[in-house]
Amino acid sequence: MSQGVIDGGLKPPAFPALARALDNRLVLSAIFMFPALSILLVFLTYPLGLGVWMGFTDARVGRPGEFIGLENYVSLFQDSVFLLSVFNTLVYTAIATVLKFGLGLWLALLLNNALPFKAIIRAVVLLPYIVPTVLSAIAFWWIYDPQFSIVSWALKQFGLIDRYIDFLGEPWNARWSVIVANVWRGIPFVAICLLAGLQTISPSLYEAAALDGANAWQRFRHVTVPMLMPILSVVLTFSVLFTFTDFQLIYAITRGGPLNSTHLMATLAFQRAIPGGQMGEGAAIAVAMIPFLVAATLFSYYGLQRRKWQQGESND
Amino acid sequence: MTDVARDAAPAAVDSTGMSYLQTLPRRVVTLYLPLAIFVFVLLFPFYWMGITTFKPNDEIYNFSANNPFWIRNPTLANVEKLLFRTEYPEWLLNTMVVAISATCLSIFASVLAAYAITRLRFRGAETTGLLIFLAYLVPPSILFIPLATIVYGMGIYDTNWALILTYPTFLIPFCTWLMMGYFKTIPYELEECALIDGATRLQILWKITLPLSVPGLISAGIFAFTLSWNEFIYALAFISSSENKTVPVGVLTQLVEGDVYHWGALMAGALFGSLPVAVFYSFFVDYYVASMTGAVKE
Repeated sequence: MSQGVIDGGLKPPAFPALARALDNRLVLSAIFMFPALSILLVFLTYPLGLGVWMGFTDARVGRPGEFIGLENYVSLFQDSVFLLSVFNTLVYTAIATVLKFGLGLWLALLLNNALPFKAIIRAVVLLPYIVPTVLSAIAFWWIYDPQFSIVSWALKQFGLIDRYIDFLGEPWNARWSVIVANVWRGIPFVAICLLAGLQTISPSLYEAAALDGANAWQRFRHVTVPMLMPILSVVLTFSVLFTFTDFQLIYAITRGGPLNSTHLMATLAFQRAIPGGQMGEGAAIAVAMIPFLVAATLFSYYGLQRRKWQQGESND
Repeated sequence: MTDVARDAAPAAVDSTGMSYLQTLPRRVVTLYLPLAIFVFVLLFPFYWMGITTFKPNDEIYNFSANNPFWIRNPTLANVEKLLFRTEYPEWLLNTMVVAISATCLSIFASVLAAYAITRLRFRGAETTGLLIFLAYLVPPSILFIPLATIVYGMGIYDTNWALILTYPTFLIPFCTWLMMGYFKTIPYELEECALIDGATRLQILWKITLPLSVPGLISAGIFAFTLSWNEFIYALAFISSSENKTVPVGVLTQLVEGDVYHWGALMAGALFGSLPVAVFYSFFVDYYVASMTGAVKE
């Protein structure tokens, strides 16, 4: 249909009424928005609403479920495993985000120097982000093996430890292990995004600051940080959002163990809903993540506002 | 080194401003050493993955007899097992079909939507753009449970369609946002000229806007492809039979047999699941970086 109109060129169109309709902005807008909006409404908005509804029901696999009010939430707040998963999620997100941004910013600052083979280094650095998370998580699982861990072996060779570290067998060891894996995967994203921000800062600002007698730390604190703040806040929001709802890394490395000490809200929701069959309860756990996500999004919104204020009115 | 840096300074004004002030020993300690450590740590898991793949079992499980960082007798046994005694080829095919179809579907829908939002400027276009951006912030982890019931209800559970139709939920918002940013950089005057010459809106989109936005299309396509290749939670929740799984899910769920982990085969699976997307990425690094940073900057 559309092909006929395009190929018609400047000759009189075959279907004049249709051609006129297609030149109407409103008709054309409706047609153009239709594919995207219909997919998003059916597979995103509707499930979001359905999820909230399922949180108030006792739905199971293959059975729609009856409305039971807040019962799921009441039982969840008395459920020590759920409360532990909330604690784990907050610890995981907080520590991983701080490390990711500290190390990512450092890496971005390093990459912002004149370097030989810079393009290659940048491409290589991004590799952990490209590769499927589950597959690199399997590599970490093997690195954390209690008997054949290469890290334990190397530390033992150097004489730093006496016996192999039980990476995934102790609650706090396991938490730190998954956090390290998450940070490993997140650093490239943070670094490359911040590098893009750093490259937009004019070197003359640093030269001016240096002439005014600012030392390296002052140049970083009073030139780099404020100039980087807008992009930093957006990257931060994305990072917090996706760390908070992380699923695959935990599922691949620990499946929530040992003693539920690495269960995040997303993995607990999956475990209760799909293998456990308690769809209603799983949906309630997933919905319980929403307040945190809204908080993170608002944070991004105010970050963006600040950007407008910094760059003047011309910024679109 | 300082001389080289000074000579290079005028050419690369963007970032080398005052680097000529640093001496070589200082650069080694503050720059090259930390960078080397970063690169080592970021690449080590891949090295370990690769080297375990080609090790025979007695070397994998015995660090004392030989240096674990090297292979004495390389073997293809693990690769052979992966390629011929598991369903890896089928997983690879599924992943390809799903990733390519979901990417094409998303790009098609996103280009139209982005064009309508940025160029046709219907009433509420701004709001629609913002809502689509917000849709990107809805993570799959909170959608997969209700989506599972929807997918089941539509009768596409355990088929490729379950993934082809659900992946666009995170691809379309991203691609639309990226294409909106790209369309805004194309001068509107070009379209006005075409309008005066009597072109229809469809002709303008097809013959003027799209040819000019090929780099943006490539960026969005690459990013969408790698995102679909790496997707895990939907593929885990909506697919149950082994022959319909994607590579990440298949490697994790089918290669782990009971309590005995065949690390050689698992690492082979991880390596061969990562290689296609890594090779693909290596051809389009710049586009990839552009789309990643572009989405953040917008």
